[in-house]
Amino acid sequence: MNESLLYAVRGFMYPNEVELQWSILIVLYPYITGLVAGAFILASLVRVFRVKALEPAYRLSLLTALAFLLVAPLPLQLHLGHPERSFQMYLTPHTSSAMAMFGFVYLWYLMGVLVLEIWLDYRGEIVQTWQESTGWKARLYQVMALGVNDRSPESLALDEKIGHILTVIGIPSAFLLHGYVGFIFGSIKANPWWSTPMMPIVFLFSAIVSGIAGVMVIYMLVSWFRQHPVEMPCLDTIAKFLFFAFVVDFTLEGLDLLHRAYEADESFKTLDFMVQTQLFTSQILIQVIFGGLIPMGMLGLTLVMKLSEKARKGIYITAGLLTLAGIFAMRWNVVIGGQLFSKSFLGYTTYKMGFATKEGLLPALILMVMPLGILWGFLKLLPPWGAKDAVAADPGVEA
Amino acid sequence: MTMDRRNFLTVGGKFFIFTAAAGSALEYVLAAEPHNAPGYRTMDHWWAMMIDIEKCIGCGSCVRADKAENDVPLEPFYFRTWVERYHVDPEKEHPEVDSPDGGYHGFPEKFHEGDGSKNFFVPKMCNQCADSPCTQVCPVGATFVSPDGAVLVDKKYCLGCRYCIQACPYGCRYIDPRTETVDKCNLCYHRITKGLTTACAEVCPTGARRLGDLKDPKDYVHQYLRENKIQVLKAHLATQSKTYYNGLDGSVR
Repeated sequence: MNESLLYAVRGFMYPNEVELQWSILIVLYPYITGLVAGAFILASLVRVFRVKALEPAYRLSLLTALAFLLVAPLPLQLHLGHPERSFQMYLTPHTSSAMAMFGFVYLWYLMGVLVLEIWLDYRGEIVQTWQESTGWKARLYQVMALGVNDRSPESLALDEKIGHILTVIGIPSAFLLHGYVGFIFGSIKANPWWSTPMMPIVFLFSAIVSGIAGVMVIYMLVSWFRQHPVEMPCLDTIAKFLFFAFVVDFTLEGLDLLHRAYEADESFKTLDFMVQTQLFTSQILIQVIFGGLIPMGMLGLTLVMKLSEKARKGIYITAGLLTLAGIFAMRWNVVIGGQLFSKSFLGYTTYKMGFATKEGLLPALILMVMPLGILWGFLKLLPPWGAKDAVAADPGVEA
Repeated sequence: MTMDRRNFLTVGGKFFIFTAAAGSALEYVLAAEPHNAPGYRTMDHWWAMMIDIEKCIGCGSCVRADKAENDVPLEPFYFRTWVERYHVDPEKEHPEVDSPDGGYHGFPEKFHEGDGSKNFFVPKMCNQCADSPCTQVCPVGATFVSPDGAVLVDKKYCLGCRYCIQACPYGCRYIDPRTETVDKCNLCYHRITKGLTTACAEVCPTGARRLGDLKDPKDYVHQYLRENKIQVLKAHLATQSKTYYNGLDGSVR
């Protein structure tokens, strides 16, 4: 046997278990879809629940969701042994497989909800830009408007109405998208670290937390790049929702932990030992303390104390980044942690991540930066702050 | 003939139907080819495996035979079948288990009789579950339970997503690095469809492994199940395993 791999094993693993099957790329998959779902839920607070204060971040949330959604299937594709066969999931889906439905859920969410909602929201401005520009830019916006130049108040009112209905449909769709990702793991009865009906719910709420934190950080960074003042009521409201979502998420994860510890089935000692050793840094330190309790405490502080704008901004950006790291650690602990112990409960293995390999750190970093690049393109193409404002504020955009 | 829209649809429709029919017929013919087993009817069989712990001496012949018969990569960690050695000391919380090279070279002596512990070998392989969690999760149905009860993999269809590896409670699946598709014990399907037994059962010097056909009333498996105290691995997971162990200790996972 290959001794270089065996040194990683402690106790006994079934021989086929020594090598890990799902890498950091599969960690990215629930992380990215979570950001999508969370960002969309934040946007829907404006549209459906009429939270006026969040309006400045509404379009940014939608564009963030779309940018990340476009990248979401890439880590999966890269991970497959035969990516060229992945379309078979559409042609001959195996209906009893949780994974088979991903393609359909994804397509529905992408085309049926997000793209359509963004298009309807921007349609008036797209037509306006088309009509006011010449050359390739006019062509581009003509294509984006699908050649329809109707900007009558009636048609815009219809856009608004359909958009509202879409958001109402979009909320359960976002819940479905990420709850479903949780189900992919939660339904594996062979793996006690994954197998819990809590998994889809915990995934969903952690998705909301990460998405809100993501939009909060992106909103602050984009405003800083544009040298525009951040709308503090908006930022305060985002932070408030982040705090409440965090409390719910943390409680649910705590309940899951409590349940496991109290039931203490045959896997518990093995898993407990894993958390105290190999997962200690990523689970206890990064997920629970630095990515959970600390940002939650910081956000809570802004609710009970009167802090200056500068102090609040500092707290929000720090808490936002810590939260994003914490939720990433949570995905890591689920995906990687679920493969570190033997299903015989008699041993542990280690995850050795490559760097410039097909499933190494480098492609993972590229995949994480990619949505930000796409978002930058979207912000140029569809400025969330309105076309004219953007031209005035951003000299990089052609007038 | 002028090709108006109606003609185009008629001709195109016929063309589509006939090529689709020819395609599926060809697929059917090709699918049957690898086994080339005239007279074999999947519906007439329901395969199972009998493993007698008391008879296993840990020689590793089954592992070697399987690797040779089924072209299983020799290293580092690919096994359609392997043998585990259990050392159960009543004074220790967990049994001590090892499986050097999956038992390929047998087991160097490590424990001695009379030291107050139990020592035994456990051959492992795909349990050919009737309610197999691995086939349930395959997103394209590339792995499936054949009508004769063998759990098979269509390597030409497998995406290499590895979901089935995660779903197997027994660690029986691996990715073949040469094809990037999943592989596992298929009960030597090319042999059993020709009336032969599996390679591992064929070479076992003590008869610890035996193939059984539950649909054949004369098969020994019926007597085996009737006369012995039989266990399956991880019965609580309700996978309806068809690998029946005689003399399996409660400590085995």
